[in-house]
Amino acid sequence: MDFQVIFNNFRFLILQGFFGFGTFAGGTLRLALPAIVLGFILGTFIGLARLARSRWIHWPARIYVEFFRGVPLVMVIFWFWFIIPALTGKSLPEYAVALTAFVIFEAAYLAEIVRAGIQSVPRGQIEAATATGLSRAQLMRHVVLPQALRNMIPALVTQFIVLLKDTSLASIIGYVDLTKAAQIVNNREIRPFELYLFIALIYWLCSYGMSRYTRRWENRLSPSPS
Amino acid sequence: MNYQLNWSILWSGQTGGWLLNGLLTTLEISSLAWLLALTLGNVAGALRTAPIPPFRWLASAYVEFFRNVPLLVWMFFWYFGMPPLLPQALQDWLLDHGAEFWAGVCALGVYHGARFSEVIRSGIQSIPKTQFEAAHSTGLTVWQTYRLIIVPIALRLIIPPATNETLNLIKNSSVALTIGVAELTFQTRQIETYTAKAFEALAAGTVVYLVLCLAISTLMAVVERRVAIPGMIAQGNASEF
Repeated sequence: MDFQVIFNNFRFLILQGFFGFGTFAGGTLRLALPAIVLGFILGTFIGLARLARSRWIHWPARIYVEFFRGVPLVMVIFWFWFIIPALTGKSLPEYAVALTAFVIFEAAYLAEIVRAGIQSVPRGQIEAATATGLSRAQLMRHVVLPQALRNMIPALVTQFIVLLKDTSLASIIGYVDLTKAAQIVNNREIRPFELYLFIALIYWLCSYGMSRYTRRWENRLSPSPS
Repeated sequence: MNYQLNWSILWSGQTGGWLLNGLLTTLEISSLAWLLALTLGNVAGALRTAPIPPFRWLASAYVEFFRNVPLLVWMFFWYFGMPPLLPQALQDWLLDHGAEFWAGVCALGVYHGARFSEVIRSGIQSIPKTQFEAAHSTGLTVWQTYRLIIVPIALRLIIPPATNETLNLIKNSSVALTIGVAELTFQTRQIETYTAKAFEALAAGTVVYLVLCLAISTLMAVVERRVAIPGMIAQGNASEF
């Protein structure tokens, strides 16, 4: 065992692989951060649609959610990787394919979080807002969503942790994230044990750190001791 | 857009057989990994609630370490990183018996074992404390209490979240294609490469996954109703996946 290989390639693994600064268009964070933001925006619309009264709106939203939650992420990534060139005749760079796949896939999970968050707002709030004469759109924007968002934060951070780990799958189509960076270094150095253990530690630090943070947040938000 | 759909590629030639083989491999790797995950998850989940601190720490270390690292990294770790550290005889045996398959089983099983243990732990913690006390007062030891009372009740309570985890495990078995296990997604890609019909191949694979997940969640909903403990309210339902 020789951990020298980690020190020699530290800059490449962290700067290129994790943050995305370097010759390749890559980076775990550069994929995960936009994916969670865009996925949340799309997920909010789908989550709201699932709560709509009209069945022409809530059924498609429901099918969307159930479909993407029943299919492996790897499959979804391949869908975008093969279908976009087949349909448009042009191939997109890996970053665009991976980002699209992640946004669309994560939106299904985020929609459920948004829905649960909205449903957690007490009914009295909605009745009170209606009584003051707010329209349904105003009620959502000024009363329900701000409160729902607060309740959603722990679940959103958890989903971000899941997403951060899932971005490693973008390496399958050649996107240079932390996992791919370790693979590249390994092809040259043949030190799989040390390299994969090292990136495991990096992922672990991020995701364990964040989950500790949410646990504290959850304890503060929920008044009932369970 | 000039893409000609041709569904017949799915049953002409060898492609149908490939899909079937892929499905069988997916089921095979998932069920072996599931058994491993359930065993590890049961032990770790029970230990995390045990009254003996070193056991709790050990189980927490296992759970927190394995579930916070991507499955793909574990696949690479078990497939590339682990074998060189094993004894030569075992390495040779693995080379002859599909090393990638066993690495896949280990990666999936150990990763999902950590996640299962959380499900089992929450099941155990939802059992009223009086059950422990009652078991104790009848003279059972801690080990007997867990084996005869707590774990059997917990297993019946956790069917919905455990079904969810099982479905996650099956879907995650697709990650094994990265180390060369010829499971369903791998075969779907092979059909795509062979026939250059991406849409049909991916649609076929997707439908198989959806049907598989739907079948399992329907089956588990029936099982849940059968084994439900009267008086203990089951939370959620198994129909969501």
